[in-house]
Amino acid sequence: MARYMGYKRPKDTKKAFKKLLHYLGFHKWLLLLVTVLVFISTGANIMGTYLLKPIINDYILPGDAAGLIRALIGMGIMYLCGVLASLGYSQLMVKTAQKVITEIRQDLFCHVQTLPLKYFDAHTHGELMSRFTNDVDTLQEALNNSFTMIIQSFITLVGTIVMLVVLNFQLSLIVFFFLAVMFAFIKFSSVRSKRFFTQQQLELGKINGFVEEMVSGQKVEKVFNHEDADFAEFCRLNENLRKASTGALSHAGMMVPANVSLSYANYAVSACVGGLFTLAGLCDLGSLSAYLVYVRQSAMPLNQFTNQVNFILAALSGAERIFEMMDEEPEIDEGRITFCHVAEKEDGSLVEQPSYTGSFAWKMEDGTLIPLRGDVRFDQVVFGYTSDKKVLNGISLYAKPGQKIAFVGSTGAGKTTIINLVNRFYEIQGGTITYDGIDIRQIRKKDLRKSLSMVIQDTHLFTGTIADNIRYGRLGATDEEVREAARVANADSFIRRLPEGYNTMLYGDGSNLSQGQRQLLAIARAAISQPPVLILDEATSSIDTRTERLIEKGMDALMENRTVFVIAHRLSTVRNSKAIMVLEKGTIIERGSHEELLAQKGRYYQLYMGQYELE
Amino acid sequence: MSAKNSSKNDPMSGRRNSQKDTLRKVLHYIRRYWLFLGLSLILAAVTVVLTLYVPVLTGEAVDLILGPGQVDFAGVFSIGVTIAVMVAATALAQWLMNVCNNRITYSVIRDIRGEAFRRIQILPLKYIDGHNSGDIVSRVIADVDQFADGLLMGFTQLFSGVLTIVGTLFFMFSIDGWIALVVVCITPVSLLVASFIAGRTFSMFKLQSETRGEQTALIDEMIGGQKVVQAFGYEKKAMERFDEINDRLEKCSLRAIFFSSLTNPCTRFVNSLVYTGVGLTGALAAVSGRLSVGQLSSFLSYANQYTKPFNEISGVVTELQNALACAARIFELIEEEPQTPDDADAAELTDVRGQVEIDHVDFRYRPEVPLIENLNLSVRPGERVALVGPTGCGKTTIINLLMRFYDVDAGEIRVDGVPVRRATRRSLRRNFGMVLQDTWLKAGTIRENIAYAKPDATMEEVVEAAKLAHAHGFIRRLPQGYDTVIAEDGGNISQGQKQLLCIARVMLCLPPMLILDEATSSIDTRTELKIQEAFARMMEGRTSFIVAHRLSTIREADVILVMRDGRIIEQGRHEELLEKGGFYAALYNSQFEQ
Repeated sequence: MARYMGYKRPKDTKKAFKKLLHYLGFHKWLLLLVTVLVFISTGANIMGTYLLKPIINDYILPGDAAGLIRALIGMGIMYLCGVLASLGYSQLMVKTAQKVITEIRQDLFCHVQTLPLKYFDAHTHGELMSRFTNDVDTLQEALNNSFTMIIQSFITLVGTIVMLVVLNFQLSLIVFFFLAVMFAFIKFSSVRSKRFFTQQQLELGKINGFVEEMVSGQKVEKVFNHEDADFAEFCRLNENLRKASTGALSHAGMMVPANVSLSYANYAVSACVGGLFTLAGLCDLGSLSAYLVYVRQSAMPLNQFTNQVNFILAALSGAERIFEMMDEEPEIDEGRITFCHVAEKEDGSLVEQPSYTGSFAWKMEDGTLIPLRGDVRFDQVVFGYTSDKKVLNGISLYAKPGQKIAFVGSTGAGKTTIINLVNRFYEIQGGTITYDGIDIRQIRKKDLRKSLSMVIQDTHLFTGTIADNIRYGRLGATDEEVREAARVANADSFIRRLPEGYNTMLYGDGSNLSQGQRQLLAIARAAISQPPVLILDEATSSIDTRTERLIEKGMDALMENRTVFVIAHRLSTVRNSKAIMVLEKGTIIERGSHEELLAQKGRYYQLYMGQYELE
Repeated sequence: MSAKNSSKNDPMSGRRNSQKDTLRKVLHYIRRYWLFLGLSLILAAVTVVLTLYVPVLTGEAVDLILGPGQVDFAGVFSIGVTIAVMVAATALAQWLMNVCNNRITYSVIRDIRGEAFRRIQILPLKYIDGHNSGDIVSRVIADVDQFADGLLMGFTQLFSGVLTIVGTLFFMFSIDGWIALVVVCITPVSLLVASFIAGRTFSMFKLQSETRGEQTALIDEMIGGQKVVQAFGYEKKAMERFDEINDRLEKCSLRAIFFSSLTNPCTRFVNSLVYTGVGLTGALAAVSGRLSVGQLSSFLSYANQYTKPFNEISGVVTELQNALACAARIFELIEEEPQTPDDADAAELTDVRGQVEIDHVDFRYRPEVPLIENLNLSVRPGERVALVGPTGCGKTTIINLLMRFYDVDAGEIRVDGVPVRRATRRSLRRNFGMVLQDTWLKAGTIRENIAYAKPDATMEEVVEAAKLAHAHGFIRRLPQGYDTVIAEDGGNISQGQKQLLCIARVMLCLPPMLILDEATSSIDTRTELKIQEAFARMMEGRTSFIVAHRLSTIREADVILVMRDGRIIEQGRHEELLEKGGFYAALYNSQFEQ
C-alpha cells in the first residue's frame, strides 16, 4: 500500500546523496558492472521485441517455417541473455547494498558509542532507535531495488521511445500524447493521495495515543466511572479513522484502473491508426506488431520510474538523518594520562602490573607513575546543561582519600550533576576538578571511568546471565569473585534461590527481577570492580530498610578505604558520612558532619526532623 | 514486504486448525456487510470477464483489417467503440469494487477495534497488570492495521486472480484447444518454481528478521544504558558484540535476498517460456492456416495475462496468512474472560456513611502463592487507617480489594453493612476518592482533568477544588491558566504538581471514603508540604485508607495496619504497637533511634 507517500523529503538532497555516494564509492567498480549489466538486460528486452518486425515481415508473411524457427531461437537467446544479465546485476547489487548497509550500520553504532551523554539527554530513545531501524531499513530497500530499477525503467523508457520513433515517427506522436496525459495524472493524483494518506496517518496516531493512554489509566478510568464516556470518545476516533482510511484507499484505488484504461486507450488508438497506416502503405505489418508491443510496454516504466523516485527520496531523507547523527561531535578526549595496576617494590617505588593487584596508579605521559589515592577536589566549578541556565554556581569541595561525602537536597538541586561531572559525562564550563592533583581533563576518559565505580538509581541490566551482569564491572573476574561480590551486596541468597542460580538469563532490562533485586545486582557490579572511588546515587532507594540494614555491613566493607560520594534520599543512609553537603539551587548552603549540621539548626535540621520516613 | 511479515508467521503445530477457527471469526464480522461483499464479488467477476473479452475483440478487429483491400471499416469501427465502452466499464467496475472492498474492510476493522477497546474496559484489572501495556496497544493498533492490509489485498486480488486464471483458460480453449494445452502443460513449471523459491525465501527471511531483532535489542539496550556503558567502559565489548551480529545479519540478509531476487527472473523466465511456446505453436498454426493472425494476437495477450495472477495469488496467500495470524492475536484479546458482571439485583450504594468491614477475607493473586489470609478489620465512619510496611508488602493489594479491582477469594468486605459483591461496581467506586503515587492524567486541559469525575462542573467549582488542593497558585501562574494543555508525558508540569491536580480531581466531588498514597520521592519539599495540607483537609470527617510514609500521619491514624510479605502482621494504634515490641516497634526503632 502506498505508505511511502507519507515519508518526508530530504532537506538537502544533494548533500545526502554525496555522502551516500562516498559509501558507495568503495564499491565503484561493482557498481559500474551493475550498470553495464542493467544496460544489457534492458537492451536485450527492447531488442527482443524489435526482432518481431523481421520475424513477421520476413518469415511469417512469406511462410518461411525454417527461417521462422531460426529467428525464434535467436530471439530466445536474446531473452536468455537478458535474464542472465538481470540475474547477475540483481545479485551484485544486493551484495553491494548489503556491504554498504553493514558498513553504515557499523559506523553508526561505533559513532554512537563515542557521543557525549548530552546527546542522549537531548534525543529520545525512540528517535535514536528509529535511525537504526526505520532509516537504515528504508535505505537498504532503496539500495537493493531502487537503484537498479530506476536505471532499468529509465533505459526502458528511453529505449522504448527511441524504438517507437524509429519504427514510426508519426504514430509515436499518439503515444507521446498519452504518456503526457498519464504523467500529468500520476503527478496530480499522487499529490492528492499524499494528502489523504497523511490524514489517515494522523487519525491513526490519534487513536494510538488514546488507546495507550487508556490502557495505562485503566484504574483511574474505573475509579471515576468514566468507561462510557471514554468508549464514546474511542468510537468517534475510530469512525474518523475508518472514514479517512476508506477515503485514502478509494482514491488510491482509482489510480490503477484509470492508468490501465489510459494505457488501453493508448493501445487501441495506436492499433487503429496503425492499421489505417498499414492499409495506406505507410507502415509494414511487422513494424506495426513490434510497434504495438512497445506501446504496451511504454506505460509500465513510467509508473515505475515515478514510484522509484519517490522511494529514493524517502531513502535519502533517511540517509540524511543517519549522516546527521554521524556528523554529531563525539566526546572530546584529549587526555593522555592512563590508569594502571601497580605493585610496590621493596624500595617503595611502583611497578606497573598487567592484572589486578589492588593498587592503582596514574601513568603520566612520560611514564612516571603517580599512586592513585582518590583525592577529588572541585574548585569553583560552574556548569549548566544548556549554556543559558546554570545548574552549579561555583561549587568547591574536596574529598580526601577514604572519606565519605554525602549530598542531600531536593530534586533539581544539582546532586546528580556533581557526580556526572566527576565521571566527566559532561564538560564543566568554569573552574577545575582535580583527581590526585591532576586536572581530570588530562586523564583519558576511559581510564578516568575505570577508576570510579558507580551505582545509580535506575539500574540498567543487560541481556545475559546474572553472572555476566555482575562481571560487567570487571570482565576478567572469576566465578568465585562474582559470588563474593554478590555476597557483599547480599544478593547471593536470592540469586541462589533462582532456578538457574547465577546462570539465570535476564531479559529486557532484568524485568524478571524486582526493583530491589536489580539494585542489589548493581551494587554487586560495583563491588566486583573494586575501584578506588565509589559513587552511590540513590543506590539503595528501592531496597527496603530491613534489607538495607542487611547489606550495610557489606557496603561498609566496600566503602572502606575508598573515597565515596553518596546521594541518598533517606537521611539514615548518609548519617555516618565524614561530611554532608546540603545543596540548593546549585550551591552548597551547608556543610559539615551530621552532628554539626544538626547543631546548626539550618536546612539539614529541618529536613531531618520533618522528613522522617517509615518504610 | 515479505521480510517484514515473515517473522510473525511462524509455523506451529495445529496452526491450520486455529487458522480455520480465526477465519470463521473473521467471516462472522464480515457477514454484517454481506450486501457489499456480494456486490464486490459481482463487480470482480464483471471486471475479469470484461478484461478478458477485450483481447478477443482486438483479435477480431485485427482479422477484419488483415486482408489487403478487404477492410471492413464499419466492422472495425463498431468493434473499436465496443472496446472503448468495455474498457471504460472495466475501469468503472474495478473502481467500484475497490470502493466496496475498502468499505467492508474498514468497517470490519472499526468493529473489531471497537470490540477490543470495550473488552479492555471490562477486563479484570488482573489482565492489564499482567500484560505489558505496549503489547495491548500493539494488538489494538498495529495488528489490526496489518490485518486490514491483508484483508484488503485478499479481497481485491485473490478472487479476481482466480477468476482471471479460470477465464483465461476458458477463452484460450475456446479459441484453440491445442495451443491452450501447451499453456496448461507449462503452467505447473511456473507453480513449482514459485513455490520452491517461496519456501526457501520464507525460512531465510525468518532467520534474517530474527537476527535483526537480536541486533535491535542490542542497540536498544546500549542506547538505554549508555550511562552504565560509559561508566564501566564497556564500549569496546559492545562494539565486538555488535560486529558479530552485524556480520551474521549481512550473511543471512544476502542469502535471503538472493533467493527472493531469484523469484523475479525465474518467473519471468517461465513466463517467457510460456509466451515463446504460445508464439511458436501459434505461429506454426497461423502459417498452416489453422489460426487467424487476429486469434494469434489474442492468444499472445492471454499468455501474457495468464501467468501474472499465479504470482499474485502466492503473494496474497502469504499476506492472508499473516493477516490471520494478526487477527488471531486480536481475538485472543477480545475473547479474554471479562470480570464477573454485577448481579442483576445489585444494590446502588447511596448516602454512604463510610463504615467499612473486612470480614475473614482470603485473597491471592496466584493460586499457589498465599497472600492475604483471614484478614479482619472494622473501620467506623471518619476513621483513618494507615497502611505501613516495606515496599512490595501488599499495601496496594488492600486497595485493589477495597475498590473491587479484584474480588476476594473468601470472606466478605462490607460498606455500610452492604457486601461489596452485592453492590454495583459503579456505585462502590463513586463513593471512593483515590490519589495514588502513579499520577495518571489524561491528555487535555487542566480544567478537563480536574472535572474528570464531573464533566459538567462549573468553572467556579473547578477553581474552588483547585484552591482546596493548593493547586490554584501554580495553575494561575501557567501561561494559559486552567486551559493549559497537559502534554502527553506531562512534561510541562512537575510530578508534585501532577499530584496536586489529582487531589483537586478528588476534591471536586469529595466522596465519603478516601484512598491515599503518600508519595515522597521526586517531590520537592515545598510541594510536599502543600500535598500534606491538602490531604489533611480532604480527610476531615471521611473514612480514609492511607499508604503512609510519614511519621506524623502514622501517629495520628486510628488504626495502623503493619504489613509484611502480603500479610497483616500487626494491627493497632501507634502506642499500642510500640508497647507490643513487635515488627512495628523494630521498624520504628531502626529508623528513628540510633
